Amino acid sequence: MSQSSIIPLTEGLPGQRIRIHHMTLEGTMRRRLLDLGFVPGSEVKVLQRSPLGDPVAFRVIHTTIALRKEESSQIFGEIIGGEYHESTH
Amino acid sequence: MNPRTNPKHSQKNPFRIALAGNPNTGKSTLFNALTGLRQHTGNWPGKTVIHAEGSYQYDGDAYTVIDLPGTYSLYSNSADEEVARDCIIFEKPDVTVVVLDATAMERNMNLALQVLEMADRVVLCINLMDEAKKKGIYINEKSLSKKLGVPVVKTSARNRDGLDRLQKVIQEMAYGRTKTNPYRIRYSDELEEKISALEESVTSTFGDRLPARWVALRLLDGDQSLIDSLHQRIELHRKEVHNHGVDESLYPVEA
Repeated sequence: MSQSSIIPLTEGLPGQRIRIHHMTLEGTMRRRLLDLGFVPGSEVKVLQRSPLGDPVAFRVIHTTIALRKEESSQIFGEIIGGEYHESTH
Repeated sequence: MNPRTNPKHSQKNPFRIALAGNPNTGKSTLFNALTGLRQHTGNWPGKTVIHAEGSYQYDGDAYTVIDLPGTYSLYSNSADEEVARDCIIFEKPDVTVVVLDATAMERNMNLALQVLEMADRVVLCINLMDEAKKKGIYINEKSLSKKLGVPVVKTSARNRDGLDRLQKVIQEMAYGRTKTNPYRIRYSDELEEKISALEESVTSTFGDRLPARWVALRLLDGDQSLIDSLHQRIELHRKEVHNHGVDESLYPVEA
């Protein structure tokens, strides 16, 4: 895929699946997100936005994690699928 | 690393076993099953902040079990993670048991791989096997053990399944009869070069009291929390030497 298809997670829409490409976060927060499964190459799914649009819930390695824009805007990936709705979440 | 003079391990000189693991792996249930101690099994963050200790007898030897806080990692520098890390690195248990959730192996491997980089005497305990079976999950522990270079035991702590086998494996390792070859990630050539260089100065400072490769890696990562912890220990050591005039160990065992 071309570089132009890489978007920050903040631009992902509910239902879309995104493969993580890279992160621009540093330090402890970077480590924390890596530990939670936001690892380059891994897949996350955008679940839903909170009423005011922030934070947003993501599904990563079978766990739901909510991220604020501060963090999700610094995680980049490519959309690999969408419109798939998991009824349980 | 932990030379012991007694052939048998009495109440006064028990083997020390640390339990590490992610939250919700049944680690505290395993702790209770091993030691018979009742412990809080509630579920909220930081539940086990100060580690709990219990004990058991097996085949004539005494064992102290340390229940470390449940964490996903040892590197994000929360209080829980620092407690768990410092115990494994500085107190050097005779055996560190990593408890994994059989139904979430991918998520649990992060911590397991971190511990394998820190210590040689590690046992992986894949718990919640009853739930895994219900979900149709099969785990090939022989293949895992081969790949990771340490013993792997499957358990269902709440039914006491596999506990005998786990205690036997712990005993063998505590006595130094189990040869392990823990899986260590190989990094890029550039990084490996820097690790080697740092490893040498770490070894010349701490001898074999700390895992030099691991400390080098953490220093390269700029782990300020570990650096602070090292400073504290060195300071403690200076005071000890000053007060007692002995130079036995850089890391006095805490009561």
